[in-house]
Amino acid sequence: MKRVNAKSFKVDILARVEGEGGFGVKIKDQRVIEAKLNIFEPPRFFEAFLRGRKYSEAPDITARICGICPIAYQMSACHAAENAFGAQPQGAIRELRRLIYCGEWIESHALHIYLLHAPDFLGYEDVIQMAKDHPDAVQRGLRLKKIGNAIMTLVGGREIHPINVRVGGFYKAPTKQQLQSLEEDLKWARDAAVETTRWVAKFTFPEFQRDYDFVALRHPSEYPLNEGRLVSSKGLDIAISDYEQHFAEEHVQRSNALHSANLERGGYFVGPLARYNLNFEKLSPLAQETAKESGVGRECRNPFQGIVVRAVETVYACDEALRIIANYEMPEQPAVQVTPRAGTGHGCTEAPRGILYHKYRFDEQGLILNAKIVPPTSQNLRTIEEDLTEFASTRLHLPNDRLEWQCEQAVRNYDPCISCATHFLKVRIERE
Amino acid sequence: MTAQAQDTLFIGVGNPFRSDDGAGTAVVRSLRGELPAGVKILEETGDGAELLEAWKGTDCVILVDAVQSGAPPGTIHRLDARREKLPSWFSHSSTHSFGVAEAIELARMMGDLPARLVVYGIEGLDFSAGTELSPEVAEMVPGAANLILKEILQLPASRTASPF
Repeated sequence: MKRVNAKSFKVDILARVEGEGGFGVKIKDQRVIEAKLNIFEPPRFFEAFLRGRKYSEAPDITARICGICPIAYQMSACHAAENAFGAQPQGAIRELRRLIYCGEWIESHALHIYLLHAPDFLGYEDVIQMAKDHPDAVQRGLRLKKIGNAIMTLVGGREIHPINVRVGGFYKAPTKQQLQSLEEDLKWARDAAVETTRWVAKFTFPEFQRDYDFVALRHPSEYPLNEGRLVSSKGLDIAISDYEQHFAEEHVQRSNALHSANLERGGYFVGPLARYNLNFEKLSPLAQETAKESGVGRECRNPFQGIVVRAVETVYACDEALRIIANYEMPEQPAVQVTPRAGTGHGCTEAPRGILYHKYRFDEQGLILNAKIVPPTSQNLRTIEEDLTEFASTRLHLPNDRLEWQCEQAVRNYDPCISCATHFLKVRIERE
Repeated sequence: MTAQAQDTLFIGVGNPFRSDDGAGTAVVRSLRGELPAGVKILEETGDGAELLEAWKGTDCVILVDAVQSGAPPGTIHRLDARREKLPSWFSHSSTHSFGVAEAIELARMMGDLPARLVVYGIEGLDFSAGTELSPEVAEMVPGAANLILKEILQLPASRTASPF
C-alpha cells in the first residue's frame, strides 16, 4: 500500500520500507494538527521468537535486533538472566563488559555524529556531499568508528553480532597483551573525540528546548553503562526491577506503534543528553573539561546540542576504555557459573541511544516463558513527536522542503535507531 | 592460493531476521565451500561504514543484497558500480541513513572505490520480521548463486589494475 499524498516527496526512496511507516507532520490553518511517527518494531517479533528457547540463547538472538547496538542487547539480556539466577559477575569480567560497551558507544556515536547528523548542521544533503568539502572530517569519523569496532571485535569476537558474550561473562577472556594492542589507537581516538567536540560545538544550534523529563541509569561511582538505579530529572529513583510500575508501553490509536510513557508524567527522554544531565560528575575529568570548553554547560536542555554531548561521551568512552585496559588483569575464569532456576529477571543498560530494558520469565530449566524488550527509540517516541509539533509550529513559514529537512534534523537529535525502531527516516509534511 | 583469489571479496548483505532481506545472506551461505580457495567471504548487515572498511585494499568486490525496486519478486539485478551510480532502491534507508548505496557513493566521492565492484540485487517481496524467504525469492537463490559463481570463476587472474 503506498501512502502518497499531494505533498509527499521522493516516494521511490520509501519503496523498500513501504508499510513500515515514517514521520508525518500535518498542518492545517497554519497550525500543526498532528506529528506522528509510525515505526517498525522487531522487538515484538523477537519476544515471540524467544519463547521456549534457552536463557543462554537470549544474548545472541536479541543481538540480531540491531546491527548498530548488538552489545546493548547482549548486555541487557545477560544481566536479566543473571538477575533471575542470582549470579553477579565482578572484577575483570565486569570491566570487560564496560570495555566492550565503550567500543559500541564509540562506533555508534561516531557513526551518528559524522555520517548522519553533521551534514544537517553544515547544510549538506548527506555525508556524501559533505565529504566533498570536508574529507578530513569524514576520514576522522570513519577512523573513530573503526576503533570502536576494533574493541568490539577483540573483546566480542566479532564486531557485528559478537559471539564471545554469554550469560555469566565471556566464552574467552582476552589477554592483557591483546588489550594493550588497542592502546595506541585509543589514545588517537581520545584526541580525535576532543577534536570532534570542538568541531561540533561550533555548529549553529536552533534555539529550542522543552521541560524534558530525562531518564537514565545512575551508579554511585561510575558513568552509567551496565548498572545502576533508574533516575529522572523530575525525581524518579527506582530499582530497574520496578521499571514496569513506572513506565508502560501504550497503543496509540492512530498508529501501530507502541509508545512508552512514564505513567505519572507522560513522555520522557532517554539517551546521551539524559545521561549527561543526570551524571555529569561521573564523567572523567577530561570529558568534563571538554564539555565545559565546548560551552554546552553542566546542564543542557537543547536536544540539538545532543551532538555535542555525544562527542563528550565519546571522549569519556575512550578514556574509560584506556583506564580499563591499564588496570586489566586477565580473570582466572572468563565467566561465573550460572545455575538456572525458575523466576523473573530484569536487565536495563545504557545503549548508545538510551536505556534498553529486558525482562524474562524463566522456568526451572532456564527456558524462556516470556520476554519483554523495550528499546530506547520506543521510549523516546512520544518526546520526538512532541518536539516535532512544537518545532514545526514555529517554522510554518518555511517551504516544505526546508521544513522537512529541519524536522528530520530535529528527529535525528534522538539518533532513532534505523534497525530496531525506525528502519528509515523521512519526514513528510502535509498541508491541508 | 591464486592471485585471483587473494584479490576478491564476496559480500552478502542482509538481515536474515527480516524475511527477504536475508536473500543476500542466503546466496552467500549457499556458495560457501563452492568458491575458489581464498576468495574471502563476508556476511554483513548493511552498515555502510563496515562495508567501507571491509573492502579497503581489495581490488575486486562482488556484493549481493536484497532490493525492492518494484520489479517482480526474485528478479536478479546486476550493476557495475564503477560505471553507474546505484539507484535509490539499493538503499536500505532514506536520506541520512548509511547503507550499501551510501557506502558506494561515499567511496566514489573519496576516490576509494575498489577497481572492480559488481553489485547483485535480488528483488524481495516481504521485509517484515521473520526468518523465511518468500517462495518466489527462495526459488531464485540458486540461480543468483550460479550467476555469481560464474562471474567469480571468469575473473581475470590479476585484478590489480583499474579497468578505467
